[in-house]
Amino acid sequence: MIEFRLDMRSGVPTYLQLVQQVKQAARLGLLQPGDQLPTVKEVVGTLAINPNTVLKAYRELDHEGLVEGRRGQGTFVSRALPVAAPADHAALQAELQNWIGKARAAGFDEDWVAALFAAAVHRSFERAA
Amino acid sequence: MSPLSAAVETRSLGCRYGRFWALRDCSLSVPAGSVTALVGPNGAGKTTLLHLLVGLCAPSAGDARVLGWAPREHPLLVLPRVGFVAQDHPLYRGFRLSEMLTLGRRLNTRWDDALARERLQRLGLPLDRRVAALSGGEQAQVALTLALAKRPELLVLDEPAASLDPLARREFLGSLMEAVADGGLTVVLSSHILADLERVCDHLVLLRSGGVQLSGPIEEIVAAHRVLTGPRTDPASVARMHSVIQQRHSERQTTLLVRANSHVYDACWQVGEVDLEEIVLAYLGLGMPAAPVRREVAS
Repeated sequence: MIEFRLDMRSGVPTYLQLVQQVKQAARLGLLQPGDQLPTVKEVVGTLAINPNTVLKAYRELDHEGLVEGRRGQGTFVSRALPVAAPADHAALQAELQNWIGKARAAGFDEDWVAALFAAAVHRSFERAA
Repeated sequence: MSPLSAAVETRSLGCRYGRFWALRDCSLSVPAGSVTALVGPNGAGKTTLLHLLVGLCAPSAGDARVLGWAPREHPLLVLPRVGFVAQDHPLYRGFRLSEMLTLGRRLNTRWDDALARERLQRLGLPLDRRVAALSGGEQAQVALTLALAKRPELLVLDEPAASLDPLARREFLGSLMEAVADGGLTVVLSSHILADLERVCDHLVLLRSGGVQLSGPIEEIVAAHRVLTGPRTDPASVARMHSVIQQRHSERQTTLLVRANSHVYDACWQVGEVDLEEIVLAYLGLGMPAAPVRREVAS
C-alpha cells in the first residue's frame, strides 16, 4: 500500500499529484499488479481533501489502463509500467553520474547542471512527441 | 419529491436587523453532494446566510429552500435532515460525552448512536470524559460527531476550524471528508482559511457587502481567471473582451486579473495562471496576485 503526500505549493493540481505518485510507485516497483490502492475514504481522511479529487485521480489512472476499480472492493493495479531492467538502471545512473562529474569539473554549479539537464530532457521528449 | 439537483436554493434572499441589511438580494444554488465554501470578509453576511438556512433567523425578503422546503415554514420537513455546527461549536461543558450522546438521542428522530460511539472511540475519546476537559480540537470533533450522528443530508458549518491549531484542523477536515466520502451528504461551510478551502471544497460562494460576488465550481472558477502582465496601458481593450476584476499600474507596467471569456491572444500581455486564493483576494479587493511588478525607486 502506498501513502500519498501533497505539495500544495507546487502548482501541480492535487489530482495530478496523486496520479504521478501512483505512476512513480509503479515505476519503482513499489506497486505491483494486483496491489490495492488506498480507498477514497482513507486518502481523504489523511490528506483532508475532497473525495472528488481522489476519484478524479483514480479515474484518470483507470482510463490509462494502469488500475481498475472492482465494484465494492476497491481500486487495484492492473498492469506494471514498463520498468527499466535493474542492470540498465544502474548503467544509466552511472553514465549520468559521470556526466555530472564532467559538468562540475568544467565549473558548472548545481543550478546550472539541473537547468542543462531539464533543457535536454525537454528538447528530446518534445522531439519524440 | 424527485431527487434534488440543488440542496440549497435562495432567491433574492435578504435579512435585515432594524435598518441594517445583513444580507441582501442573495441568489445562489448549492448542488446536492457538493462541498461548498462560503467566503467573504467579516460582516459580509456569511453567518446570517447560514442562520437563514437552518431556520435560526427569518428572511426579511426573498426566500430560501433547503432540501426543497422553506426552513421556517416547514421546520419538520427540513430541520431533522440538517446538521449545524455553530462558530464556537457549543457543547454543554459540564456534560460527560455519554450525556451529550443521550441529549442527541432524545432530541433527534434520526439519531445514529452506533455511529456516534464508533467515531468517539476512533478519536480516542472515552464516554466518561467531561466536555470541559477536552481540547479545542477535540471539542470541534465532538460537535462534528453529534452533527453527523443526526444522519443529516445537509451539514452546515460556520467557521468550523477557525480556532484550531494546524494539526487539529487537518484532522477535523479529514474527518469531515471521510463523512463526505460515505456519500449522500452536502456540506456548506464558511471559512477564512482559503488554503483549507481549496483542498476540501469543490464549489465556492463569495459574499461581499451582503451580496453574492462570485459562485460556481472551483475548478471552473480557477480555469476562467488569468493574470495579465504587460507594458503600462489602459485596460480598455482587454475589458472589451474579458471582465477585468482588478488592475494595478506601476510607472511602466500594468497587471490585470481578468475573468477570461475566451482565450487571451494579445501578444503584448504575458498570461499567467492564478490560484483560488489569489482570485478570492482580487474579488475582495485586498491584494494583488504575485506578479513581477517592477518597483520604481523614488528619487
